Amino acid sequence: MIPLIFDRPGVVLLGLLGVLAVCVPILCLGVPETSALHVTTYTVALLGKYLTYALLALAVDLVWGYCGILSLGHSAFFALGGYAIGMYLMRQIGARGVYGNPLLPDFMVFLNWKALPWYWHGFDLFWFAALMVLAVPALLALVFGWLAFRSRVTGVYLSIITQALTYALMLAFFRNDMGFGGNNGFTDFKDILGLDLHAATTRVSLFVASALALALGYLVCRYVVISRAGRVIQAVRDAESRARFLGYRVESYKLWVFVFSAALAGLAGALYVPQVGIINPSEFAPLNSIEIVIWVAVGGRGTLYGAVLGALLVNYAKTFLTGALPQMWLYALGALFVLVTVLLPRGIVGLLPRGAGRAS
Amino acid sequence: MRPALLILVLGLLPGSVSAAAADEPVTLSAAVQELKGASYGRKAELVRDLAALHQAGTKELLQALLDGEVYARTRDGKVFIVEPGASGYALTDPLTGKGAGTEPEEGFEKIGINNSLRRTLRGALAQFDLSSPDKDTRVAAVKELLKSFDDGSSTPAAVAAMVLLREQLAKEHDGSVQREIRTALALADLGGDAPAKRLAAIETLASSLNPAVYKRLVALTDPSVEADAGVRNAAARAVRHIDGWRQFYSVVEMLFFGLSLGSVLVLAAIGLAITFGVVGVINMAHGELMMIGAYTAYVMQLLLPNAIGTSIVLAVPAAFVVAGLVGVLIERFIVRYLYGRPLETLLATCGLSLILQQMVRDIFTANNRPVRSPQWMAGSLQINDVLSITYNRLVIVLFTLAVFAVLQLVLKRTRLGLEVRAVAQNRAMARAMGVRTDWVDALTFGLGSGLAGVAGVALSQLTNVGPNLGQSYIVDSFMVVVFGGVGNLWGTLIGGMSLGVVNKILEPVAGAVLGKIAVLTGLILFIQRRPRGLFPQQGRAAES
Repeated sequence: MIPLIFDRPGVVLLGLLGVLAVCVPILCLGVPETSALHVTTYTVALLGKYLTYALLALAVDLVWGYCGILSLGHSAFFALGGYAIGMYLMRQIGARGVYGNPLLPDFMVFLNWKALPWYWHGFDLFWFAALMVLAVPALLALVFGWLAFRSRVTGVYLSIITQALTYALMLAFFRNDMGFGGNNGFTDFKDILGLDLHAATTRVSLFVASALALALGYLVCRYVVISRAGRVIQAVRDAESRARFLGYRVESYKLWVFVFSAALAGLAGALYVPQVGIINPSEFAPLNSIEIVIWVAVGGRGTLYGAVLGALLVNYAKTFLTGALPQMWLYALGALFVLVTVLLPRGIVGLLPRGAGRAS
Repeated sequence: MRPALLILVLGLLPGSVSAAAADEPVTLSAAVQELKGASYGRKAELVRDLAALHQAGTKELLQALLDGEVYARTRDGKVFIVEPGASGYALTDPLTGKGAGTEPEEGFEKIGINNSLRRTLRGALAQFDLSSPDKDTRVAAVKELLKSFDDGSSTPAAVAAMVLLREQLAKEHDGSVQREIRTALALADLGGDAPAKRLAAIETLASSLNPAVYKRLVALTDPSVEADAGVRNAAARAVRHIDGWRQFYSVVEMLFFGLSLGSVLVLAAIGLAITFGVVGVINMAHGELMMIGAYTAYVMQLLLPNAIGTSIVLAVPAAFVVAGLVGVLIERFIVRYLYGRPLETLLATCGLSLILQQMVRDIFTANNRPVRSPQWMAGSLQINDVLSITYNRLVIVLFTLAVFAVLQLVLKRTRLGLEVRAVAQNRAMARAMGVRTDWVDALTFGLGSGLAGVAGVALSQLTNVGPNLGQSYIVDSFMVVVFGGVGNLWGTLIGGMSLGVVNKILEPVAGAVLGKIAVLTGLILFIQRRPRGLFPQQGRAAES
């Protein structure tokens, strides 16, 4: 089992993550700012953001690459995780907000709310928020997946209703009276666990946490994939009816992998929000979900490390292009969608020599 | 008869300058000159006098006064109808109707009016409309005159209006105008002394939906306004009766709004239903094909700036061709390679939608482009006092039905339609029978895309034309297709219409956004119960 978990590309990935987790803090905190080797806090936050995206891509690869569920709802799970940690961060602001209300976040004071809504209670505690980061997306995935898989909604139908789910959530979160800050969402965070969010040390810690989460996430996903259950999941992907006729409870397998993936996406969202410093309903946008899928497709689905690679590459390209040639980014992204699906169905990983490619 | 009546009217009007009535031109000029310094009360009297004179040019003068275009020249106190222009005021002499040159704005003082005078003016103007040959104008005039009974039946305006209406009723031939006049006279009778007369008036008024009538009847149920209990009860009954009808018409209106929204959804979804149902392809670029259609309408309008109506009519086939061609290209160059891999098709077409959006942004900029509506789509069809239907919505509903009918004809009566249905039912068998399935696929995709373009033209009449136009409809149109059942056009029609109606029913209850969320959630749950939609495909086709 152990050697199976640590396949060659996986070891390379974990090694690289380890190097990053050690070097980036040293280059940021230990090297003087005047040095050419110095890494700014901006870059640290950017790299950290990429790592959370990679974690999200991992979650999508698990359901799409291994179970054949093309979920267009993962941006919703990601955003829900982000909102959960955002609520914690909002409560941490306390009386330092513009209106100085010790209990209510600014937008509630602005909307003339007198008391904290019931679902905001408990979010002043980190452990509770951290629990919700996993529990809320998982619960939504559980209810939704239970309904969908039980009635055997599959293929593009499932994709479309997950998209409708995201869309409905986006509309809901845009509403002011939902109590989640409406259009503007949450921003202006001050500190996390008592640490100043703008300090370099906090940024670096968050980056290291993201790297650790990605490494752990990869290992757990890898474990799931090579386990017995993982084999069944892949059987479901390749021949759902046959797996069912062999006596496997296809719905349960799909449901659990979907729920796990949703929780992972929520975790990614929770790491993302403190590093970018804002969460608003546009994170729910259906296009975001499709973008995640394209990261996975570019890297190569059904490989896990391919998803990580794809997320990092596409997002680096995005940062580069939106800075250099803003109007070209959508062309590039669109062309990427088309070219990868038509010409590179196995993604970049598919270009690697065989043997280093698919593990299973 | 008319001179006699005029004298009668003038006699009834307190403070009228009846002495001057013998010499009409003098009166007109005198009244006009008096206007500038008069108090508002005196102005109202003058307006009524002027109206009673029925002289050429009076109507124009009163209309100008209502529009605030009557000015007095400070230099000599002469009164003019004025039209502001770039080089100052263009003057018209109200007495002769002839132009009197253009003068700078400084030397003039506006003849002011207030709200009560405005009402008097409208009433006075209505007298002129009452003799119009057009019956709709006459009905509008009666409705305007009816407002003069708002303050009871003994004000000078009310008395004058009553006389005019009686006169008109005697010579009116049109039933609808007669009905309006009877309603108006009954309303006047409500101010009468005898309870029996008031009861009879209420009887007449119970069948009217006029808001002024409703207001008066509601007031009559109040004991402090109406002393007679019988009249109060009758009024309450009439109010209940009218309430029932008002409710009925508001439901009708809501249904119509729902159907017009549903038509838009059907138009947006019907092309999708074809590509999804027949070719089995999820076309995420469908919304962008609609956008292309809408921009085609915009370009047509640019090409024919002086013929908006023609341009919009020509835009329909043009958009069909343009979007259809784009669709065929998409099929030939991308979708063709992805048959049998629906999830990949979804991604590829999604990428395409991004490219198309950005292309439109680069060509037409990200700003919304206005597409004007032709004259015949403006305005509304007034069915009665509480229900009116705007023409553009009506046109969209009819247009949708026409598109649907044509599509059914194409699918059921042409060779292409036969082949399309054959491929949809059983691809392998169709190929074995000699159908060139790849051609059929390309043409079907083109047909679906062309329909998206046509939908875009319709949308250009309802919303702003911008690069995001398609995106806002894509989720909805997928919902319609999935709700109605894939591969079933009737399902799409009924699904779209019912979604539209449900949306409009929920809107007043829950608000637009919550209503939409409720519909989406309902749909998600619905798909769980019936994964293949309202009208699933029957038989072997359902196996795939």
